[in-house]
Amino acid sequence: MDFVTFFALAIPLVVIAIMVIAHPSPVYSALFLVLTLFLLAVYFLFLDAHMVAALQIIVYAGAIMVLFLFVIMLLNLQSDTQPTPRRGLGRAAIIGGVILVAELGLLLQRSSSERAESSLPENFGTVEALGSQLFTTYLLPFEITGILLLVAVVGAVVLAKR
Amino acid sequence: MVPISYHLILSGILFTIGVTGVLLRRNIIIIFMAIELMLNAVNLSFVALARHFGNMDGQIIVFFVMSVAAAEVAVGLAIILLVFRGRETVNADELNLMRW
Amino acid sequence: MIDFLITFGLTLLMVLMVLNLGGLLLWVERKGSAVLQDRIGANRAAVFGKLPFNLGIVNTLVADPIKLFTKEDFVPPGADKLLHTLAPAIGLVPLLVTFIVIPFGDVLIIGGREITLQAANLNIGILYVLAMVSLSVYGVVLGGWASNNRWALLGGIRGSAQMISYEIPLGLALIGVVLTFGSLDLQEIARAQGALIGGWIPAWGIVYQPVAFLIFLAAGIAESKRIPFDLPEAESELISGYFTEYSGSKQAMFMLGDFVEAIIVAGLITTLFFGGWQVPFLLRDGFHFPWGGTLALPSLLVTLLQVGAFTLKVLFFCWLQIMIRWTLPRFRYDQLISLGWKILLPLALANVMLTALIILLFE
Repeated sequence: MDFVTFFALAIPLVVIAIMVIAHPSPVYSALFLVLTLFLLAVYFLFLDAHMVAALQIIVYAGAIMVLFLFVIMLLNLQSDTQPTPRRGLGRAAIIGGVILVAELGLLLQRSSSERAESSLPENFGTVEALGSQLFTTYLLPFEITGILLLVAVVGAVVLAKR
Repeated sequence: MVPISYHLILSGILFTIGVTGVLLRRNIIIIFMAIELMLNAVNLSFVALARHFGNMDGQIIVFFVMSVAAAEVAVGLAIILLVFRGRETVNADELNLMRW
Repeated sequence: MIDFLITFGLTLLMVLMVLNLGGLLLWVERKGSAVLQDRIGANRAAVFGKLPFNLGIVNTLVADPIKLFTKEDFVPPGADKLLHTLAPAIGLVPLLVTFIVIPFGDVLIIGGREITLQAANLNIGILYVLAMVSLSVYGVVLGGWASNNRWALLGGIRGSAQMISYEIPLGLALIGVVLTFGSLDLQEIARAQGALIGGWIPAWGIVYQPVAFLIFLAAGIAESKRIPFDLPEAESELISGYFTEYSGSKQAMFMLGDFVEAIIVAGLITTLFFGGWQVPFLLRDGFHFPWGGTLALPSLLVTLLQVGAFTLKVLFFCWLQIMIRWTLPRFRYDQLISLGWKILLPLALANVMLTALIILLFE
């Protein structure tokens, strides 16, 4: 990924991500989040993660965010009229911001002395490579994820039936 | 080529935006979305590091993060629906029944 | 440079073909419904409000778009103007770009240059199709929400639940096919279907995966929100559902989106289950009949035959969907959801497991 591509993706990403948390209307927040996820999928494509990019759109943008919109529409949520002021947050924000800036500065300063990128294997990021790893090295976590999803489905059905 | 630190910085900024959302917004659904944003920021750094080290493990972790996020959203949104049915609100500050 | 031009040309060709086919289907749908219901159907259009000319297809095809695009573009008060305008485009664009991965021919050899007749050769072709189809849900959801109308909102909610429910059997049906042919690239799947089983039967997907075909057809029609699964728009219950408040060109885009979805379903069924551009017994250099005869054909003619075969198959499945639409009544919403989750999903899962087992046993 060269610098032009990076900034062409990174700047909109940050702006849109801020809009996600700043927009008063929940529907617009959800839409900005969809846009963020879509841009991230494009970003993943440039990082040679084709399978992950496709999954990002199918799972996140296509299913999870539709669920969010579905719930927002079902509850018929309107825009927040006024944010509730919270005590102590200003101090927390300042401390957090200082730590973040310090960390980012440290990272930038170190970036000059880092090692070059390793060469990529033949089929990096393809469905075949990801799949064969999932079904060999990561078989147990994969199975547990299946059980987790089953539990989630059962849980959601039980909750909705109340 | 963009050095790895640039990707990590972008990931850090996105994560911070997510944290800010959780702290400042009071609408549960938006807090939930901010959490998704944080998960995605982490995914970004996993994918960038996988590319940097030429190792697929990072991408596989992303796969697991996505499935956990899907499970979390399914249960979480069901809980929000249930809460709304009982309390008629999605404001996190008004849901203080469990507070001592 | 020339490679870029070829890709650009193929993409343009594909999008234009789909748009025109969509317009054509509108007419076929009207006439088809008329034939089924023993009516004459739309056969004239008044020019300047006076002269009824009977030019049949041409007249209907010209008059309808003109009518739709000159109507007043009405945005209801209280509606979200930005999203109300964006929604039809958000619904249509992902569908139009889906076509670039569907191959409509093998290779075209011109002046020593081999052109694969597929606009974009992605090694994750099927995943791309799934991704784009899942993005088109937003058009329905946003159209329903932004209209500030109860019917529209109900239509949007129904649409979102229906479309994510039926994406699951749709994807699982695709997995059966992917397991059979061992590739996610649609061009490779189409090529693999050129083989013959026992020297006689073409090795089309339907021979290996009949159950997946039925699931795919049902889930595909549900994804394109057409009768018997048209709950999101249901005229008699919700007026027009999510596009109740749309008029003029925006409504035309929603309608076109429906037809484009029907064409996508037809194109995918053709590519995955009916051999894509394959003509039985036709190889690169001509016909090789199983009873021994051969008929040599020039390469260009073979390519033309393949493109023709693909088009014919797609048209056939479009027609099939229109027939289904005008034959069956609409489901109830609970029936629709339980069909998706209690019948199609277990069936699709069983199909995947059985396919995997057979492949494991025989290899």
